[in-house]
Amino acid sequence: MTSSRIRPWVVGTAGVLLVLAALLVAMIAGVAIGEMTIPMKTTAAAVTNRLGLTDIPVPRIQEAVIWDYRLSRSLVAAFCGAGLALSGAILQSLLRNPLAEPYVLGISAGASTGAVSVMLLGLGAGAISLSVGAFVGALLAFAFVVMLASGRQTADRTILAGVAASQLFNALTSYIVSTSANAEQARSVMFWLLGSFAGVRWPDVALAASVVSIGLVVCIWHSRALDAFTFGEDAARSLGIAVGRVRVVLLLVTALMTATMVSMVGAIGFVGLVIPHAARFIVGPGHMRLLPACALVGALFMVVADIVSRIIIAPQVLPIGVVTALVGVPFFSVILYRARRVA
Amino acid sequence: MTLAANAVRWLAGRKVIVDGVSVSVEPGQTLGLIGPNGSGKSSLIRLLAGLRAPAEGDVLLDARKISGFGRRELARRVAVVEQHSMTEANVTVLDVVKLGRTPHRSALSPWTGADDDIVEDALVRVGLTDRRDQFWHTLSGGERQRVQLARALAQSPSVLILDEPTNHLDIQHQIDILRLVEDLSITTVVAIHDLNLAARFCDRIAVLSEGKLVTCGTPAEILTEELIADVFGVEAHVSTSAHHGRLHIQFLM
Repeated sequence: MTSSRIRPWVVGTAGVLLVLAALLVAMIAGVAIGEMTIPMKTTAAAVTNRLGLTDIPVPRIQEAVIWDYRLSRSLVAAFCGAGLALSGAILQSLLRNPLAEPYVLGISAGASTGAVSVMLLGLGAGAISLSVGAFVGALLAFAFVVMLASGRQTADRTILAGVAASQLFNALTSYIVSTSANAEQARSVMFWLLGSFAGVRWPDVALAASVVSIGLVVCIWHSRALDAFTFGEDAARSLGIAVGRVRVVLLLVTALMTATMVSMVGAIGFVGLVIPHAARFIVGPGHMRLLPACALVGALFMVVADIVSRIIIAPQVLPIGVVTALVGVPFFSVILYRARRVA
Repeated sequence: MTLAANAVRWLAGRKVIVDGVSVSVEPGQTLGLIGPNGSGKSSLIRLLAGLRAPAEGDVLLDARKISGFGRRELARRVAVVEQHSMTEANVTVLDVVKLGRTPHRSALSPWTGADDDIVEDALVRVGLTDRRDQFWHTLSGGERQRVQLARALAQSPSVLILDEPTNHLDIQHQIDILRLVEDLSITTVVAIHDLNLAARFCDRIAVLSEGKLVTCGTPAEILTEELIADVFGVEAHVSTSAHHGRLHIQFLM
């Protein structure tokens, strides 16, 4: 062969730029597409106006729709996808289980229960926010799964524990909703539980951005440790990893990211499952590359999924969880089938 | 480095698995751990490697308690090869061997040329230089053990601990692995099933039974027909091999 081989970092950089570009395009599409038809020119002007770059006259209502509704929604979708994908990647590596992710393990269900308790039961008497309630619920679900699956931690046991946790917390959520909500509340809670970006505003963007950024930094900081988990906990320990501390820190970060997303947009399934596998397929299993890749691809996926959820039955909006499940479940089945064949 | 266990005791639940065992291995020497299944070999290995903390007694590395070492500090001195290494991750031989450098690097420190040299050297030692890009799950059992050994060597350890490294390998690969270890001339502890291999490759042998140390000494001192009958419950004939001058154990059946 005469052609020289392309250097890996060139491919890597090109890949990152490509995904970033795709993300940008998707976000622009996310901002431009909606119930109210707004010309592209106006859309661009509204954004640049608010950024202080231009001063083009734009109808007030259109500018508000673009800036306050669609852009914030797109940004939250991006951060949400990044956070969930990151959580999935961490759980898969830490539990050494290809099927692990916040939704499958019942952590999202726990967060939902926590959030609903605060929302409908008034738990914490207004002193704690929805996010805190969700965080506590997520931790409870985590503790439940870890407790049930302790001892010989095989792939099946962890997943079974997750199934139990999902059932338990979903039942609790339904119970709370049936007993404490009026019809109107029940409807909106149910819609929110399936995942919806409809209600998000700029304060949500700030929260999502900070939680996911912190999560990303903490996870990347531990990427060497996660690599060392390749052959299990004892192997990690013998490579000098403080296994207990790393586990606690990363599980807390995962719970925090999941809880934040659930409290904001509801329990969105399968993103944490599909994206890490796709990212691993592209960049390989090394976490130093895998984790940023997960964040980027997860963001892209979620922004696109949000657009799909808005246009597929327009003018109605499909719950985002329906879209991700429709993509995720076939994927889940393939992994399950392959895992069975390997074992 | 000298590695020693001083009256270590370890329990799984209420069951005593390792019961007051004291063994030591001098710098550059190889200590073999033998004993029937369930005699506590693997547990003692984990205690010696610092992967479990003894309920009583101490493990000492150059007369310093290993509980006083930091995790990374210990991992730079003691490397472990487990009985089975399994992963679902799609890693290559090179990825795995590079893991050995983990304790020598901080969270974000870059990969250096020196790291490269050490990894390369480890690959050369186990004869896998041309397999570096091969995926883990395509390797045979013997190759996987060699990769794990290379990973352990990349840790640049002073003490190497192996838990039945030859289990499930065919005879050629068993001998390959033990020859490799023999050539390293670093302090080694190896749990081993095959008494002939133990006699051939170990400087000293510790015999375990039901969690207790039965005896410890050179192969010639302890691998007697009486001991084999006592501990393993099989009749054997022990002689000196005309071929390599070490013990040769024939089981009478």
